[in-house]
Amino acid sequence: MRRSFSLRMTAFLGFVFLYAPILSLIIFSFNASKLVTVWGGFSTKWYAALLQDQQILDAAWVSLKVALMSATIATVIGTLASYALARFGRFPARMMLSGAVTAPLVMPEVIIGLSLLLLFVALESLVGWPAGRGVDTIVIAHATFGAAYATVVLGSRMGSLDRSIEEAAQDLGARPIRVFFDVTLPALAPALISAWLLVFTISLDDLVVASFVTGPGASTLPMVIFSKVRLGVSPEVNALATLIIVSISAVILVAAWQMQKSEAQSH
Amino acid sequence: MTEATSARALKPWEDPNAKPFLQIRNVTKKFGAFTAVNDVSLDIYQGELFCLLGGSGCGKSTLLRMLAGFEMPTSGQILIDGEDMSGVPPHKRDTNMMFQSYALFPHMSVEKNIAYGLKRDGVPRAEIATRVTEMLSLVQLDGLAARKPHQLSGGQRQRVALARSLIKRPKLLMLDEPLGALDKKLREETQRELIKIQETLGVTFVVVTHDQEEAMTLSSRLGVMTAGQIVQIGTPHDVYEYPNTRFVADFIGSVNIFEGKIAEDADDHVVIHSGDTDSDILVSHGISGVKGQSVAVALRPEKIAIERALPESLANRLAATVDDVSYMGNLSVFHVTLPTGKQVKVSQTNRRRSDDDAIRAGEAVQIGWDGAASVVVTA
Repeated sequence: MRRSFSLRMTAFLGFVFLYAPILSLIIFSFNASKLVTVWGGFSTKWYAALLQDQQILDAAWVSLKVALMSATIATVIGTLASYALARFGRFPARMMLSGAVTAPLVMPEVIIGLSLLLLFVALESLVGWPAGRGVDTIVIAHATFGAAYATVVLGSRMGSLDRSIEEAAQDLGARPIRVFFDVTLPALAPALISAWLLVFTISLDDLVVASFVTGPGASTLPMVIFSKVRLGVSPEVNALATLIIVSISAVILVAAWQMQKSEAQSH
Repeated sequence: MTEATSARALKPWEDPNAKPFLQIRNVTKKFGAFTAVNDVSLDIYQGELFCLLGGSGCGKSTLLRMLAGFEMPTSGQILIDGEDMSGVPPHKRDTNMMFQSYALFPHMSVEKNIAYGLKRDGVPRAEIATRVTEMLSLVQLDGLAARKPHQLSGGQRQRVALARSLIKRPKLLMLDEPLGALDKKLREETQRELIKIQETLGVTFVVVTHDQEEAMTLSSRLGVMTAGQIVQIGTPHDVYEYPNTRFVADFIGSVNIFEGKIAEDADDHVVIHSGDTDSDILVSHGISGVKGQSVAVALRPEKIAIERALPESLANRLAATVDDVSYMGNLSVFHVTLPTGKQVKVSQTNRRRSDDDAIRAGEAVQIGWDGAASVVVTA
């Protein structure tokens, strides 16, 4: 099929619009000049400087830990919640559960952050836990709103699942809990992976909620970047951003490839 | 089990001393205000292949799901081999089910699918391997053990589902529309195979189907269901030749119904006066009815003769005009109209390849049948 010139032009402009900022960021991360807007020749010195910057390395480690833990917790909660919503029929407080699950999706982040902060402070004075704020509280906060995203992703897959395969397993002698692990969970695997990855990236990305619930000594990567940029954009930040983009693209490519494989299997 | 000892030949339902293997007693199932199964009682004997036949929404699948334990009766009792099944969940029943969608586990190989039931029972690995191999050869799937379900054809998937549901040697196997997803040719082959497997293993089968031809071919006996109730139980022959209601006569095969009243009631024959025909209809067997009672005469199209002139010895003869002739290959169906305006379907086997003298549309003909050809139904 021959595509018209105007169609190709539109597509080209669309791609430019989406990718030009990212591309310029990557190019300027290799800029030898300290001035962000002036090209001073090719250099990888900002990558080297990045590896010397203890503050950024610490923050990256904190962000990674938080994202790993909160994605895992959120996926477990999301699986249970979507299973309850899809399978238990009408039960008391069903409305409350489905409301609670979707609320964090529409609530402003500032309010989520503030309400969680107030909860943590109140809990500390009541039961002494969590003692102070730091990585723990960020993990709890991210797992809370991450679970909402996980439930939505898993719920749609759960809804399209053929119930008779669960019944077949039970008919062949598997107790309900066995059915869940043998049949339901494997059938959900692609959705579990995408839910986990979604929460992982949202957690890595989050600035607002983390700023509210964090304490001294626990700064996530977005918080460090944000504070650095306020003092002027440095090429070092460009280098860091480039690394993040490359690693996230790699993860997404792997996930897409996995999804395609399992899609072909369960057509 | 050989042909001579199968339930099909022994007819345990005719023996008053035979003990039913599956007893359904006054079972009712309600979903809210809707009654899906309404006071059904049914006995099924060891080694039978029983078909529950009915249209969609008649309650046949709900009844099957109650046998498997996926639904519990609102009232009534189900006994399998004398054991009350109330409150027994599916995984604790010695019954298995083959699902309409086959419900194969998509992430497991054919072998793992078939072995699943034995694995759950903790059968030793070596025994599982031999039994799976046996089962694979029984359903003619040797060599496909390592395939995943999505690599199989529809017919092969159907066999895997059958093998998986049979491997635990269930006392009772439920099959929900087992051949519904196969094309016509494959379905006919598989029907014969299914009967063979059932008779080889001697397992009692309960099959749910909406396809009356399938029910006729498969079953030792069948039950016709409508609106949550079983309206007739019998062998395919009994149900076809002696339907007990207009519904059954019409549902199984095709039929002409003449509405009328009993004009003469003797022990060996009755005469029915019908507004659908100019002359009264003679039925040469006695019926349980009284003079003046409203009844219907049910007459199968293939039991009616059609000629330009019929011999006078035939008990019932009517003049008719041919509206059209449908050529179906193996038979021709004549749609004729009686002088009263009543339309009648007559079918004839096409014995010859071509017939210049064949009856054509528009011709005046006679149709007729003898007194034993029709059945009188009162309901």
